[in-house]
Amino acid sequence: MNIIVVGLSHKTASIDIREKVAFASNRMERPLRDLVALPDISEGIIVSTCNRVEIYAATHDMAGGIARLKRFIADYHNIPLDVLEPHLYSHHGEAAIRHLFRVASSLDSMVVGEPQVLGQIKSAYGYAAEFKTSGIILNRFLHKAFSVAKRVRTETKIASSAVSVSFAAVELAKKIFGDLTDKTVMLVGAGEMCELAAKYFLNSGVRGVMVANRTFERAERLAEEFDGRAIRFEDLFDQLHKADIILSSTGATHFIIGAKDVEEVIRRRRQKPMFFIDIAVPRDIDPKVNNVDNVYLYDMDDLQQLVASNLEHRVEEARKAEGIVEEEIGRFYSWLSMLEVTPTIVALRSHFEDIRRTELTKTLANWKELPPEDRKRLEVLTQAITNKLLHTPTNLLKMTGQGGRTDLYVDAVRQLFDLETAAPEEGEIGELEE
Amino acid sequence: MNVFLFYISLFFYFAATVTYLVFLFKPKEIIGRAAHWIIASGFISHCAFTVWRYIEAGHTPITNIHESLSFFSLAVVGVFIAFERKYHLFILGSFVTPLALLLILASSLYSSAIPQLSPALKSNWLFVHTSLAFLSYAIFTVAFGAAIMYLIQERFLKKKKLGPLYQKLPSLVILDEINYRCLTFGFPLLTIAIITGAIWAETAWGTYWNWDPKETWSLVTWLIYAALLHGRLTTGWRGRRAALLSIVGFLVLLFTFLGINLLPGESLHSYDRLLGGKY
Repeated sequence: MNIIVVGLSHKTASIDIREKVAFASNRMERPLRDLVALPDISEGIIVSTCNRVEIYAATHDMAGGIARLKRFIADYHNIPLDVLEPHLYSHHGEAAIRHLFRVASSLDSMVVGEPQVLGQIKSAYGYAAEFKTSGIILNRFLHKAFSVAKRVRTETKIASSAVSVSFAAVELAKKIFGDLTDKTVMLVGAGEMCELAAKYFLNSGVRGVMVANRTFERAERLAEEFDGRAIRFEDLFDQLHKADIILSSTGATHFIIGAKDVEEVIRRRRQKPMFFIDIAVPRDIDPKVNNVDNVYLYDMDDLQQLVASNLEHRVEEARKAEGIVEEEIGRFYSWLSMLEVTPTIVALRSHFEDIRRTELTKTLANWKELPPEDRKRLEVLTQAITNKLLHTPTNLLKMTGQGGRTDLYVDAVRQLFDLETAAPEEGEIGELEE
Repeated sequence: MNVFLFYISLFFYFAATVTYLVFLFKPKEIIGRAAHWIIASGFISHCAFTVWRYIEAGHTPITNIHESLSFFSLAVVGVFIAFERKYHLFILGSFVTPLALLLILASSLYSSAIPQLSPALKSNWLFVHTSLAFLSYAIFTVAFGAAIMYLIQERFLKKKKLGPLYQKLPSLVILDEINYRCLTFGFPLLTIAIITGAIWAETAWGTYWNWDPKETWSLVTWLIYAALLHGRLTTGWRGRRAALLSIVGFLVLLFTFLGINLLPGESLHSYDRLLGGKY
């Protein structure tokens, strides 16, 4: 039995692709049930957030399973597989384990260290548990991922600092305005980065959003998404004084906001501070705007420089976090392999015990005059023989369980002795580990 | 006992200053709390010292340079504690307590003998005029500390080079608000102090206004803070400009308080003249 993952994320797909393959959280039952109905997929979990869509599954057939999951995502959303394929990644075995551990620990996030992803995975697991599509392997896998994430959070400082551009912008805004709850954000232009940054500001509690865009319809659509207000691009300078934080990302080739404009706006605001964030390349806002009193202007380069200097401080923390992940992968992987080996060992032992008992009973039945103390000796003798015979194969199987070619040995032993093995209960593994 | 209380207070202020400076480098909640309790203990013993001295002297103990510096320091600490509690801002202490320590240290350099006040000045106006004046001075001292913090933080944000203090300093809006609060409390107090001074002058010396250097410079100080308040209320002056003006205001205030005594020349407010002497 092995773990596989197929999915796409902000690293491989743009927002419009990610939107198309998202699974709605209020309609998880059908896709989950369809997932585990696929041939040779025994357990499955679907993680769907705005930054990633991933399916984790337990299967015996890794290559076939991955192909089936890819087709499943494409078919479910009615997207031709060859369109989706370039955006999909897949991992199996140890790499799949590493992937979930890193995702849950927020090492794979757009904003490294952001805490939301763990909650999202927890709720994804909640659905799988509710509809009984996760079993012994994924249960253990997910719980392990949660504890890894917790370790990373408590043992490293990865979560405690601004590491992304949007996050850095929000942190700066807090140092200018203090409380953001009564502040208004204005989006000028409607780029993707702008949208993302606006989301961060909304999460930090800003009160209102205004959207100005050259095509008014797009502005309206975005405004609706943020529960905000659309304004016409021509009215930009009439409305600018109402905004505290301005996120700009138009496609304009020249500066659309100059120092003179801002001087006038700030006077109209009675010098209440303004924070301009120019995400556009080429820039939308004249750098001289930063010289106006009570106005702060940061462009993409400034923000990235902040993030970079921050990242330097965090490299050590990230390395520590990756170390924790690797350590835990080792532990979980040996459990997973033991999961294969244990029933085989149990079956092998009971197979030998059955033979011994049958033969002993047969012999003793025809040997009535044997005194009880000799019967006991015989019992001990036969037990000693089977134990000696089983000693090496048992040890070997346990060793392969701790890494190595498990399947090969397990299959060989099963075939050599014609064993039938059932899936073990959780408790059994522990007993054998001693 | 009296002297003992004074030095206990001085010791507490010293310990608090050290702790607040440690807090600047290691901003742990527990260090901030410790600093807060140390300065509060110093405040209590300093209050006890002042009351004791009042009883011993039989008049408000703000009559010579030793007493004035000591009372100034006490008022700074009191006002600071109020602001620290209101804004939960330990780091304000890193900028204000050193000033209070300097004041009490300066005070300790002067003789603590109880002076004999000239009979003309023994009146209730002494209490009202001097305590209000020093209370307003203390409030403007806190404004000065906040203004320095504002300028540091503003420089980080404008230059986009976030130095080590950046994380520890509060937001610009908070610092500006402290500045404004100080102005709205300090300015009326200073106004009343000047008015009561004039009334007292009339009763003691027969004229409301003598154009004595102290009076002139007090007027200059008053005008600076009046301009700042006016600017804030009408055109929304704030931030950097407000911070700079309150620093200028504080420097003029210091000159008004100390400089007059150091300058050669005649002043009705020179402490040696207040005592006994001419009037």
